[in-house]
Amino acid sequence: MSSLSIRSIRKVYTNGVEVLKGIDIEIKDGQFLILVGGSGSGKSTLLNMVAGLESVTSGEILIDGKVVNDLPPKDRDIAMVFQSYALYPSMTVRENIAFGLNVKKVPKHEQEEIVARVAETLQITHLLDRRPAQLSGGQRQRVAMGRAISRKPSLFLFDEPLSNLDAKLRVEMRAEIKRLHQRLKATIVYVTHDQIEAMTMGDLIAVMKDGVVQQLGTPQDIYDNPANLFVAGFIGSPSMNFITVKPVIEGSEVFVGIENAGQNLRLKLPFEADKLRAHVGRDVILGVRPEQITDTSSAHGDVGQELSCLVDLVEPTGPDTLLTTRLNGAAVTCRTHPREAVKPGQSMQLSFNLSKAAMFDPANGERIA
Amino acid sequence: MTPTPIRNNRLTLGRVVLYLLLVLFAVYYIVPLYVTLSTSFKSLDEIRSGNLLALPQVWQFDSWAKAWDSACTGVTCDGMQPFFWNSIKMVIPAVLISTFLGAFNGYVFAHWRFRGSEVLFAGLLVGCFIPFQVVILPMAQLLGSFGLANTTTGLVFVHVVYGTAFTTLFFRNYYIGVPEELIKAARIDGAGFFLIFRKIVLPISGPIFVVCIIWQFTQIWNDFLFGIVFASGDSQPITVGLNNLVNTSTGVKEYNVNMAAAVIAALPTLLVYLVAGRYFVRGLTAGAVKG
Repeated sequence: MSSLSIRSIRKVYTNGVEVLKGIDIEIKDGQFLILVGGSGSGKSTLLNMVAGLESVTSGEILIDGKVVNDLPPKDRDIAMVFQSYALYPSMTVRENIAFGLNVKKVPKHEQEEIVARVAETLQITHLLDRRPAQLSGGQRQRVAMGRAISRKPSLFLFDEPLSNLDAKLRVEMRAEIKRLHQRLKATIVYVTHDQIEAMTMGDLIAVMKDGVVQQLGTPQDIYDNPANLFVAGFIGSPSMNFITVKPVIEGSEVFVGIENAGQNLRLKLPFEADKLRAHVGRDVILGVRPEQITDTSSAHGDVGQELSCLVDLVEPTGPDTLLTTRLNGAAVTCRTHPREAVKPGQSMQLSFNLSKAAMFDPANGERIA
Repeated sequence: MTPTPIRNNRLTLGRVVLYLLLVLFAVYYIVPLYVTLSTSFKSLDEIRSGNLLALPQVWQFDSWAKAWDSACTGVTCDGMQPFFWNSIKMVIPAVLISTFLGAFNGYVFAHWRFRGSEVLFAGLLVGCFIPFQVVILPMAQLLGSFGLANTTTGLVFVHVVYGTAFTTLFFRNYYIGVPEELIKAARIDGAGFFLIFRKIVLPISGPIFVVCIIWQFTQIWNDFLFGIVFASGDSQPITVGLNNLVNTSTGVKEYNVNMAAAVIAALPTLLVYLVAGRYFVRGLTAGAVKG
């Protein structure tokens, strides 16, 4: 097992397009790193560069302290699981798992032992003599993982491995990969566009956009303290509410005006007045997570400010009911207890807990407070 | 409510016309073959006196034996047999070599692109559109300077050069459908260029091999122009032999022998179609390899 360092990595294609603009990420032995972002963010390109499938324009990639920039994939001691599984169609499951060992000239009896052990770990022993075409999506995914595990690499790379699976299977496999990580204590780099996978699986998340790491941190840290508007909106489901407000400073306290269904209300924000002084009277974006706006009984004990708001959409999810109201013209989602939810068109007393609220500059999306 | 039938099976006027046309076309294609076959089994007397479309009154097989090994083709009188073996000796290596070259080229053009590979591929495709006549003279000079003029090896060389453009196109387009990730996975598993070709790519190339082999076999077997220009005497292929046999002006025209010889010349391509024909259509339409 080993560490991975990505230092000032840039990737420029021959047509001049710069897809990675200086990436710096360090992960320690046994850590699970998630690269998450939309399409075109450069996350898969970065993974391919770590794998050695794409060349590095500038910067350094180190696996276990050794620069691997110019090493071919086979000499990097890595294994990779692909979105399409990429199982060799003409080979049985057994041959698929053993292929890498075969190339490495591992003795036959050892190969058999390894295949048997891997198959048992992933519960695919009964499938060993089948061909990929005879397997379901979930089974193929397991085989692809088995192929990766069998070589005992120091670094595992996953390229959106779950996006071809149906929702239920995805949740199962998510847990399985996490369990595998805990048991093997493997170092993993995992690319996904799904922020739920990112939150649930990783030790560290790198949120990427336009070839730049927007924020690198633990899932909880990124959730609680998003560095900018993009990260705030990308991580979390339902996503963070963004309300355009004009801050007002009175003494050392910050207030914003909120309009709902024709009534003008006021919320006090727990920010230091000094941080916002430059933005007084100008538009800024207030970010509030849905669970921080809730019904008064769910908010018990919290230091909430209560406002009566008109509800225009009700979406029960089972454990919670999501209500939508309009604040300063923006649709705002609130997470409430199903018992407390009212009907659309009715007003309801909502409790705002703004201790974790964030404020962003609409011009560049940077966090102000 | 009863479900509405998907197809209307009633005999409408349009349908009658359609069937008539289909039958007409089928007859149009079958009749020449029928005439060829039935004539080949008739005696010369019967051919002269009888109806062209009638079945033989007396079935005779002498014409076939004669066509095979004693009919005169110019000065020699050994029948089609020596030409047949010439063609076999030419077609097997030519088909195998051009097909494997095509597979290899296709693999490179589809999965190991390099600077200028697209231009090279486009250049190679031009080879598909060059008419035979254009290359005859330079090819003759080239074969002469190689010392391959008038040899079967020379013919094989010409057909390989000419065929590789087509086989490369076939294989490249087939391999484009092989997911890139498959190659990447094999590279990460430690396999190199040749190992990936041999262990991953070739084993899933069955359908396109069939297409290529049928295509190349038919093209090369039926070729007359290269055969008559670049081969002479004991290296001439069967198409040239058939021509010589039919055009031999001494003695009477033995239509039954000519017809038998024509069928002998066409038989191998017919056989290839019968054996592998259904894979041909399947291979042409086969797209991505779903793993």
